[in-house]
Amino acid sequence: MKRTALYDAHRRHGGRMVEFAGWEMPVQYAGIIEETRAVRQRWGIFDVSHMARAYFQGAHTSEYLSKLVPSDLTKVADGIGQYTVLTNEQGGVVDDIILYRLEPQRWLVVFNAANREKDLAWFHRWRPEFGTDVTIDDQTEQTVMVAVQGPEAVARLSTLMGANLSAVPRFGIAQVDFQGTALWAGRTGYTGEDGFELIAPAELGEILWEALVEAGATPCGLGARDVLRVEAGLHLYGHELTDETNPIEAGLNWLVSERTDYIGAEIIQQVKQSGPQRKLMGVVLQERGVPREGYPVMIEGDAVGMLTSGVYSPTLEKGIGMAYIPASSAKAGMPCAVEIRGRAVPATLSTRRFLKQA
Amino acid sequence: MNIPNDLRYTKSDEWVRLNGEIAEIGITDYAQSELGDIVFLELPEAGRYLQLDESFGVIESVKAASDLYAPVEGEVAEVNTALMSALEVINQDPYGAGWMVRIRLKDPTQVQTLMTPEEYRNYRQI
Repeated sequence: MKRTALYDAHRRHGGRMVEFAGWEMPVQYAGIIEETRAVRQRWGIFDVSHMARAYFQGAHTSEYLSKLVPSDLTKVADGIGQYTVLTNEQGGVVDDIILYRLEPQRWLVVFNAANREKDLAWFHRWRPEFGTDVTIDDQTEQTVMVAVQGPEAVARLSTLMGANLSAVPRFGIAQVDFQGTALWAGRTGYTGEDGFELIAPAELGEILWEALVEAGATPCGLGARDVLRVEAGLHLYGHELTDETNPIEAGLNWLVSERTDYIGAEIIQQVKQSGPQRKLMGVVLQERGVPREGYPVMIEGDAVGMLTSGVYSPTLEKGIGMAYIPASSAKAGMPCAVEIRGRAVPATLSTRRFLKQA
Repeated sequence: MNIPNDLRYTKSDEWVRLNGEIAEIGITDYAQSELGDIVFLELPEAGRYLQLDESFGVIESVKAASDLYAPVEGEVAEVNTALMSALEVINQDPYGAGWMVRIRLKDPTQVQTLMTPEEYRNYRQI
């Protein structure tokens, strides 16, 4: 199993280590509920060094990347990131990723740990056709990535770094100086809160982590990270997104441009025009219970779908989840039920914006 | 990990406190620690008769769901309904305020067949 450069720091701070996508990662420190609250109310930090990071460079990098994603990358300026998906020939999703344009022909790509080998193979597979001059430099194991998230995150981080990070736009990326070393700070996250994801050389990882803890950030594990992303209605690859899921039914229409020159474009444009057969919806339990992945979702007694994710939301104090529902029934407010241990627990379909309904 | 000396234990991580013909039952410190934050609990109604090893409830944490098993046979005499609105008590005080049910024992000697604190410590290697 692989360890991030922060492994010793996690042990020191009482992190409980588990295996995730081939990495030994902290699932929790003080407790998932406490960590979730810290991020919703103040600020917290997450080791996300297991996520893959690679630099793409060469005279036609932008054109090459454009062939792999449905977004319009000509609208992405230097220092700006774009959340998007790699699509396959069937219009399915190979992975969801963030593309940061660092320079006109130099991009930083962040992708899922569980898909690292698969994505790298995918990137290389399309090089002969679309990007013979593109070099791919995987820097995952030479760097750490730390997510700093919460309503206080930007102000606290600005103080720590001695820089006005509030000037960086949402999904922007900037270089900041930390103890004489330049870090990348991308204003994104996976919690529904404001914040940054910092990328630093691996040897600086522990110093950075300790400085953040010293400044008052709550160390958080993958458990809280999952609760926070479900509360924010965000997709997790392997759950809401798969090779068989198209971005339209997943509710990612906003990142699908009118372009027709990327892999799978024909099928995706077709679905966009005719409308998807099923849609990813939120599910909110109306009684006590914990909905979990795989539990059937029923409407008028018929199983119409299955939870792709489900958690107890400490913020809403309710069970929430997501499920693909046939388009004809996929309406917010629609009564449904989640089958938990053979019992149909009353629930309601909602948008995925759970926190906006609170 | 706290394993009180005056209790008996099961392989499914319940503890049993014997008071005359009443057995008080909860989950161990080890169990609450492994589960993490408890967010759901389902307990039986008072008056229900439980067979040995019968599932009498469900406990769920953020991470996992787990059945509760009757370590002894008898009628449910009392249920700790106060827990329902304060599930964190199970994490904070598993052997005290975190008790779940009190069972009127069919056979009080049944408790002697359960694991001693030392046996439980060895079983869980803690």
